[in-house]
Amino acid sequence: MNAIKKYLGLIWMAIAILSYVVLFQTAMEKIAAKPTADTIIEWSIFAIIFLPIAIGLLIFGWLAWKGDYSQLPLSSEEIED
Amino acid sequence: MTIDKGQMRKVIFASSVGTLIEWYDFYIFGSLAPIIAAQFFPKSDPTAALLSTLATFAAGFIVRPFGALVFGRLGDKVGRKYTFLLTLVLMGGSTFAIGLVPGYETIGFAAPIIVLMLRLLQGLALGGEYGGAATYVAEHAPEHKRGAYTSWIQTTATLGLLLSLGIILITRKSMASDPMDSIRAFEDWGWRIPFWFSVVLVGMSIYIRLKMHESPLFMRLKTSGKTSTNPIRESLMKRSNLKMVLLALFGATMGQGVVWYTGQFYAQTFLENACKIDFEQTRTILIWAIVFATPLFIVFGNWSDRVGRKWIIMSGLLLAIVAYRPIYRTMLDLTDTATSVKDDAKSRIEKVIVPLQGKEYSLQTSTTLHVYQNGIEEKTVSTDTLFNSGAERVQFKPKQFKVLPNNVYWALVALLFIQIVFVTMVYGPIAAFLVEIFPTKIRYTSMSLPYHLGNGVFGGMTPFIAVLLGTMYTADPLVGLWYPIAVAGICLIIGTIYLSNRIDPNVND
Repeated sequence: MNAIKKYLGLIWMAIAILSYVVLFQTAMEKIAAKPTADTIIEWSIFAIIFLPIAIGLLIFGWLAWKGDYSQLPLSSEEIED
Repeated sequence: MTIDKGQMRKVIFASSVGTLIEWYDFYIFGSLAPIIAAQFFPKSDPTAALLSTLATFAAGFIVRPFGALVFGRLGDKVGRKYTFLLTLVLMGGSTFAIGLVPGYETIGFAAPIIVLMLRLLQGLALGGEYGGAATYVAEHAPEHKRGAYTSWIQTTATLGLLLSLGIILITRKSMASDPMDSIRAFEDWGWRIPFWFSVVLVGMSIYIRLKMHESPLFMRLKTSGKTSTNPIRESLMKRSNLKMVLLALFGATMGQGVVWYTGQFYAQTFLENACKIDFEQTRTILIWAIVFATPLFIVFGNWSDRVGRKWIIMSGLLLAIVAYRPIYRTMLDLTDTATSVKDDAKSRIEKVIVPLQGKEYSLQTSTTLHVYQNGIEEKTVSTDTLFNSGAERVQFKPKQFKVLPNNVYWALVALLFIQIVFVTMVYGPIAAFLVEIFPTKIRYTSMSLPYHLGNGVFGGMTPFIAVLLGTMYTADPLVGLWYPIAVAGICLIIGTIYLSNRIDPNVND
């Protein structure tokens, strides 16, 4: 199971990058097709708010690849150390 | 640490009522969005229309997670009790104030700016409330009842939606004896009543919460000087805790968010826009489904104390993924009139002309009614302005909607009920799950962030992305469902593989 967790990390990193690229391209296309203030605001908010989430998924994948999820903490002391 | 049952009931009641009211306050703005837009954000003023977009998007997506950080930090430093008391005051005050703001016609551009600011405050307050209430209850609950007791907090978002729908429907119907006059009065000024009503609820809730004591676990930390000095930094910069924040988001709350919003918001939008069902029937169908399904939050919360949180949440996600397309296909088929034969003998056109006092024109309302053999009545209402001078009439876009017979109505209630059962499975145990994976000193901050990113961002995006997909791929009326299905699918895989089903015996650390 730990090997699956580890190798899936690569997939999560790929999904993070691909999904954000698709979102960003769609935002650009939508804004170019209808450059009104409404469209710009809506798509800018989507692009801004999803950037930290995509980075989060990237870090999640990286941590999985590094084996951080092989053993989940059993007590808060393990988190604090 | 245990407290007696009577004291525990007070803790649950004080926390749940306040959270319910906060959800009510947040939803009435959303439910009344078209009326609020007409009052404060006229499309004739492009800047006001822009502020409307900001009010819709920013409050849900940006400010809620930001509120989770701001109030989470406060809750981990100052205490749970005073923080979620503060969020309640902030939410109640801004909601009441929205009901007082004069319209765009009276004070001009100041109106949309004030309303936008108040809406952002609402989003901020909501971001801080849930984590506090869930933490507060969980830190009082014994280990074997943590899921059961925190599931009361989990009912509040759904009950807040129910309360907002109920209050709006009742007010809309009670403004005048004539139904059309009542709707007009409601759209003119009666929409303010649900906002004013909030102050009564908030007042009661503040009174109840003021009598409560601080969480015993937090008090112990504070007394021993072990509270966190910088909870945000500890939550997000410490690798061992960040990995749990990310796991909570991608393995649980993002899937929970899309299932929650699909079952309770997208379903309503779909009934109204794709199936073209009457405004009131759409709301009452959702109300019945919520009423029947809400007890299941408690059932699944309780059950999670015995079998663990993980598999109940994952089963809810799996069932939603498998069932969404068949459910929505059935909703479309049940309300379809294209394949049903029209009963011409029952079809009719009614025209009513109302002269307007002091105006040089009258309003003509034409209602065309078609009755189909499957019992569905299809109404097309068009309004024309007839000028006394004989000038060319002004025609408004006709409104078309269907009124359902009893059998179809209850079949739709059943289909929405099934979707809300999925909601209760993914949402009922999640507070206990979140509380258990974070330590006491940074719990408020750490659990609030993934919750509001999952629920507010992933869930809140559901209606927008679903509609967007619908405009991009017009051949498939169910294409919008691929968004919640994909997000829930990724969450299901991550949750199944990475999450533990272990119930933490000790959250006192």
